[in-house]
Amino acid sequence: MDFVNTTIERSTVQLSKADFESDQMVKWCPGCGAHAILAAVERVFPKIGYRKENFCMISGIGCSSRFPYYVNTYGIHGIHGRAAAISTGVKIANPKLSVWMATGDGDSLAIGGNHFIHVIRRNVDINILLFNNQIYGLTKGQYSPTTPMGKVTKTSPQGTIEHPFNVGELVMGAQGTFYARVPDNNITMMTEAMFEAAKHDGTSIIEIMQNCIIFADKAHNDVIGKEHKDDNMLIVKNGQPMTWGKNNEKGLILKDTMLEVVEIGKNDVTADDILIHDAYNQDPGIHLMLAKLAPPHFPMVFGVIRSAMFPTYDDMVEEQIKYAKETSPIKNVDDLLNSGDVWDIK
Amino acid sequence: MPKTKRQIVEKESVVVKFVGDSGDGMQLSGSVFSDSAALAGNDLATFPDFPAEIRAPQNTVAGVSGFQVHMGSEKIFTTGDMVDVLVSMNPASLKSNLKWAKKGATILVDTDAFDEKSIEKAGYKQNPLSDHSLESYNMIKAPITTMTKESLKDLGIDNKTAERSKNMFSLGILYFIFNRDLKMAFNYFEERFKKNPKVVEINKIVIQAGYNYADTVEALESVIQVGAAKMPKGRYRNITGNVATAWGLLAASEKSGRPLFLGSYPITPATEILMELAKHKSLGAKVFQAEDEIAGICSAIGASYTGSLACTTTSGPGLSLKSEAIGLAVMTELPMVIVDVQRGGPSTGLPTKSEQSDLLQALFGRNGDGPVIIIAASTADNCFNYAYMAAKLSMEHMTPAILMTDGYLGFGSALFRIPKMADMPPINPPIAKANDKDYKPYKRNAVTLVRQWAIPGTDGLRHRIGGLEKENITGVVSMDPMNHQIMVDLRAAKVEKIADFIPEQDIDGNKKGDLLVVSWGGTFGAVHSAVKKAQAEGKSISHAHFHYISPLPKNTEKVLKGFKKILVCELNSGQFVNYLKMKFPLPNFHQFNKVQGLPFMINELTDKFNQLLEEK
Repeated sequence: MDFVNTTIERSTVQLSKADFESDQMVKWCPGCGAHAILAAVERVFPKIGYRKENFCMISGIGCSSRFPYYVNTYGIHGIHGRAAAISTGVKIANPKLSVWMATGDGDSLAIGGNHFIHVIRRNVDINILLFNNQIYGLTKGQYSPTTPMGKVTKTSPQGTIEHPFNVGELVMGAQGTFYARVPDNNITMMTEAMFEAAKHDGTSIIEIMQNCIIFADKAHNDVIGKEHKDDNMLIVKNGQPMTWGKNNEKGLILKDTMLEVVEIGKNDVTADDILIHDAYNQDPGIHLMLAKLAPPHFPMVFGVIRSAMFPTYDDMVEEQIKYAKETSPIKNVDDLLNSGDVWDIK
Repeated sequence: MPKTKRQIVEKESVVVKFVGDSGDGMQLSGSVFSDSAALAGNDLATFPDFPAEIRAPQNTVAGVSGFQVHMGSEKIFTTGDMVDVLVSMNPASLKSNLKWAKKGATILVDTDAFDEKSIEKAGYKQNPLSDHSLESYNMIKAPITTMTKESLKDLGIDNKTAERSKNMFSLGILYFIFNRDLKMAFNYFEERFKKNPKVVEINKIVIQAGYNYADTVEALESVIQVGAAKMPKGRYRNITGNVATAWGLLAASEKSGRPLFLGSYPITPATEILMELAKHKSLGAKVFQAEDEIAGICSAIGASYTGSLACTTTSGPGLSLKSEAIGLAVMTELPMVIVDVQRGGPSTGLPTKSEQSDLLQALFGRNGDGPVIIIAASTADNCFNYAYMAAKLSMEHMTPAILMTDGYLGFGSALFRIPKMADMPPINPPIAKANDKDYKPYKRNAVTLVRQWAIPGTDGLRHRIGGLEKENITGVVSMDPMNHQIMVDLRAAKVEKIADFIPEQDIDGNKKGDLLVVSWGGTFGAVHSAVKKAQAEGKSISHAHFHYISPLPKNTEKVLKGFKKILVCELNSGQFVNYLKMKFPLPNFHQFNKVQGLPFMINELTDKFNQLLEEK
């Protein structure tokens, strides 16, 4: 599919992974899920096809946020929680840049929660890679806003007593226009979601179920682990029926106002009864229901769950400036200084 | 012109204050009146004085709103200490403002507003208009509300609308007192209310009625004439400090060719800068109203990295919230202008009142050694120049700059001699060239120690910067102890070098003497006037008013050393004086401080000068 966005200049030569590899030593722990995310980014940037100088990678603080140092683009390693605000400034100031943000569950959902919901609400055209490992890794193992309730961590020796955020629910609640959920053990799926995010005009959230091998190892294993994924992962594709299982025998239907799991071939259910995924639907109703599904009674939904077209903040900024330039009699600062009530003293 | 011949009294300067309930339209009266004064050639300074609440309880002292105008045929430096003419629309406003009226001042009151209930609400035990307590003033007691309604009776409008125009009746009386041409007010109404001809008509009728009333009433024996001021040739306008600040930033953007970005969050008394810049999209200004103060500055950091003249505007509490991000701008060595329109603190403090108590926060309010440029404007109109200079120095030296103004400057207005953009000094940011093989993020100019600004999108300059300490020159993350020492020293030395690019500190008066009065920021007018008065009396006194705080001008120590005593006057508990003592540990510093949310009065300064001059 072609890019809708023609603002960002495309590369005249075919770029490769090497064009985006940084000369810095990658210092994530061996076995950390972040390595795979980096590999996916290095794979998808040349595929997106923009000039390599037009990529800009912004981050906050945390393990995820070392990302800008490891990919050869323009970039800022910011301060804790503020990556969304910094990215917003970059994109408004220069909409010709493809702005990417690397962040984590602590960075974006705790200290940076305010900026996170507001960048989504405004629909600024940036792509947010949210590394969700359900833990504070860089500070060595405190619970985060996505840590499951009851989990024992260094700051919750008796288990947490907080209700975790569901990222998808938060995104929809903030009127998000793009939300994808991907596992860190599937580079192809990550790459596809990143490509779709790049194509999407507006704030794109890619929640990456990332493993912290040291402080929350196998936190997502019950869903994305080899032995569980067939039963617990529903990978949605636009226009395709929502089925999963070893033989694609399980599916989702809408019964009354609720989603329900059915088995094809049982109780007169046929493949035609299964809900077809419509990621482009502007109404977030089904998207929200999909984002909230979780085992044991439902699968967890992966892939691009929502990708709806709405005007972007940065486009509207440009439109207002264009209109003002065309219609205002004030064309420069001399005009401004001499406008209105002025008088001469001779 | 008055119908009856009145004696004309010439005055060099007059202070007029309009006070009333916050819904009484005092700000409008003041604006119309000061515009007419400006058009009549007076120099002037104005200051609105309003409560922190939008609609405080009616007829209470808390709800009093005021607008003060100081106009003169001489140069006006302050908005005036004591009032010559007080227009008071209700008992509460009289109660709270009488202390500012000079003995013998003319006081115009609306007798209709002095009903029993309002008198009691204002805190009076009895009607001040009938208990002889105002005998030392020239009272004009007029039934303003009644006459306003009477003048509009033919229009068939409702009582409430009619009553709302009473401010124009009192303004009509003032036009008579000051021998002003009503045409100036008519023009103002036609421009201001052009979409509502009915309002224009009502205002014209009522102001004319007030004027005619004054012409016939006997209390007015004379009219006051304030002649045109002798001002340098040029084109002028009236401007508030906040608007001047906004325009200075626009001017710097145009001159430097760097597009303007403002990321900001509403806060009194700085909000007007945000609102003003939002109007000027035709000049390419990108104005982002952020979700909070932190997002305001962080978006500005992103825009600055991207090559914009990035700005954020705030007041004390907001500056506190921005501290960490200012540190990021220091570390990444990105330019940015942070405007702090100071108000009374700490915490929420006195939002609509003025103070100079953010200085140490601006200088040192960050983790780590994080020097920035600090510049302070001193008059409403020179906010334009100092905003321009803050932007120029920040971009040319790749260092964040804090421009300090205050509520008094921001809300206040002064006449502004309009410059030509061609005459403004050039601004040349150190933009890195495409495909520069030698580009390194922290490679520096050997003289200025300034790094280059490599703008995303440019070929061959991809690089990362951030809050972690970086290796000198290469910009690679570095935790090396010696490198950190080098970088901390370099960041400080870079800011100190800026002293070579700012003017030397000037002294008003002799370079040696008994007393040097030092001030900074928005207190200029009062301190200048007090020093001038003392100098005219033959005292050995000079004045140094600082605009450049960090770095200080190169000759600062020399300036200070020429005097037996140094008196630092500021509206805080002694922040600048302690900064100066730290830099120049001289034994003869004295200080004069005030933290009442009010500007200095000339008399209190004079008393302090005299005390120090007399003490051995």
